[in-house]
Amino acid sequence: MRNEFAEAARHEVANSQLRANIRNATHTIRAKREEAVAEVPDWEQLREAGRRIKERTMRNLDRHLEQLERSVTAAGGVVHWATEAADANRIVGDLIVGAGAREAVKVKSLATDEIGLNRALAARGIEARETDLAELIVQLGEDRPSHILVPAIHRNRGEIRELFRRTLPGNEQLTDDPAELAEAARRFLREKFLSAKVGVSGANFAVAETGTICILESEGNGRMCTTLPEVLITVMGIEKVLPRFADLEVMLQLLPRSSTAERMNPYTSLWTGVTPEDGPREFHLVLLDGGRTKVLGDADGRAALHCIRCSACLNVCPVYERTGGHAYESTYPGPIGAILTPQLTGFTQGNSLPWASSLCGACYEVCPVKIDIPSILIHLRSRINREVDGYGGGGERLAMGLLARAFARPGRYERAQRFGRWLSRPLTREGWISRRLPGALGRWTDVRDLPAPSAETFREWWAQRR
Amino acid sequence: MSSRELILGRVRAALADVADDEPASWIYDRDADEHSRYARAGSRDPEALAALFADRCGEYRATVTRAERAGLGPAIAAACARHGASSLVVPTDLPEAWRAPGVEWREDHPSLDVHALSGFDGALTGCAVAIALTGTIVLDAGEAQGRRALTLLPDLHICVIGEEQIVEGVPEAFERLAPAARSGRPLTFISGPSATSDIELKRVEGVHGPRRLEIVIAG
Ligand code: SF4
Repeated sequence: MRNEFAEAARHEVANSQLRANIRNATHTIRAKREEAVAEVPDWEQLREAGRRIKERTMRNLDRHLEQLERSVTAAGGVVHWATEAADANRIVGDLIVGAGAREAVKVKSLATDEIGLNRALAARGIEARETDLAELIVQLGEDRPSHILVPAIHRNRGEIRELFRRTLPGNEQLTDDPAELAEAARRFLREKFLSAKVGVSGANFAVAETGTICILESEGNGRMCTTLPEVLITVMGIEKVLPRFADLEVMLQLLPRSSTAERMNPYTSLWTGVTPEDGPREFHLVLLDGGRTKVLGDADGRAALHCIRCSACLNVCPVYERTGGHAYESTYPGPIGAILTPQLTGFTQGNSLPWASSLCGACYEVCPVKIDIPSILIHLRSRINREVDGYGGGGERLAMGLLARAFARPGRYERAQRFGRWLSRPLTREGWISRRLPGALGRWTDVRDLPAPSAETFREWWAQRR
Repeated sequence: MSSRELILGRVRAALADVADDEPASWIYDRDADEHSRYARAGSRDPEALAALFADRCGEYRATVTRAERAGLGPAIAAACARHGASSLVVPTDLPEAWRAPGVEWREDHPSLDVHALSGFDGALTGCAVAIALTGTIVLDAGEAQGRRALTLLPDLHICVIGEEQIVEGVPEAFERLAPAARSGRPLTFISGPSATSDIELKRVEGVHGPRRLEIVIAG
């Protein structure tokens, strides 16, 4: 315990210099998102179209899933259905073993984090190699990501040079120039890509009509993972389906600007089954329920499934900023987490989250598919009060009481936040949240995931402002 | 019961409130109203489109040049020279006029091994469509483009875009790309070279994808 505390403390001290960078990045991306959105004259029409597309899709989800299955199959792919995380993990593991491989290159994804795929594969002796730069730095250092925006920010360039010199063969002469360090990583992972037999990805969207899968990214590791291996396995939640190819013209305008504040992210890949002489020879699509049908069953809550994981709602949420995110109990953080986590888990987790909101409406304002998060929060509060033992009106008192106590005693509040943040670190690796917010930083969140707890609490931020 | 039946059963049970005859999807031409009728076509003329496209690509740190169709060879040679590239891998159906002298050309036929592809200084291709507002080029494995690995592994990608291939916005691009998607061809949207800011927040071009993107607009 003493050592763990010392480690946490060391991190805090080491981070003080970096906080300025991180704060900068966070605030820059908010401003940049606004700019990116402001230059689109029909933004509101796009949002409304996005909302309606998603709503219609969810209300007819069975038809679209069946259509997707037919299209993917017709294009030479194989569709698998997984009711729960364990099913999906077993299917993916069997496919990798079946391909005669013990290793897979992976582009980080929300769905695979949600189901704890890497851990499940490791238990079968299969290594899932994450392939973006920050991930590599963290993995080589046998380390944990320090921040969602920049998971390797606790490592300065000198440390990264030492790490690479020590762990990547042939880099004894490496300098600490970031471009040269990136080059070393490029060479190392290039070998992995060129020899990989199996690639694993998530999906941002899947088009039922054509059987086309779509992922968005920045670095090119997504292209590598989905193009070079002989076998490609994509794991996606059933809510990611879109009926028509034309629906993408709306989503690809909404997502990059909302997420990374870019007009378009560097790379978007779309593929349909298998293509002769181009890319993998085998394609498997794993369709995951994992609680989504529970969300679907609540007509007033199902809009939570419309989320395209841009993370804009997190960045504007005053409660998220103040609580540092740990209060979201390691599932989805922020406003989307507050409406999704309790529903996905059938009210076995995160039941106090719907109270962790001031209902200020900022999340609704920025949401590219206009999810009315505040209304769903209110709806869930009443459901939880009605349906969950021990709540019956007490939920609000309980959650508010905790928040109030924390806010009332500054010292306690800060300690609680730091502890929570520290606690959350390992979870951010394998849980729902494990991804950083890209953007101003040239990174891509979503086939990946949502950001985890902010490494900078509101009070720390405030202290620095003054 | 299979997982498939189980999941589809759960979905249907969850949607008991939805009428059977409800349209299954939202279709622009049928369903868009004043709240949702986003712009599907722009109004810029070809010259303005080319200028806008060049501008937006420049912001992504791609190099954009323009050339007469007859002068493409020298323009491509100049792009190679800027990056010290002397060997290019190309799709088999690359137009003859693009093959500048002084560069070593290799056709991707029969399909080169990925290690071999990785060894070239660059790849030269055309594209299917380019989007002015976002500075995006889209490859659809069609004419003069080859397979996906071609533009992924070499460090330099030189892409020739015909002026007539530039559209204003994303919806127009999707309209043009629909036939390729329907026939199962892969699509790659490229908006500038790959980039990361993972080390001390310093922007570095290219981690895995090509670090240099040269775009030649042929008019
Ligand atoms: S709920 Fe949040 S993360 Fe999801 S689409 Fe809306 S703003 Fe983006």
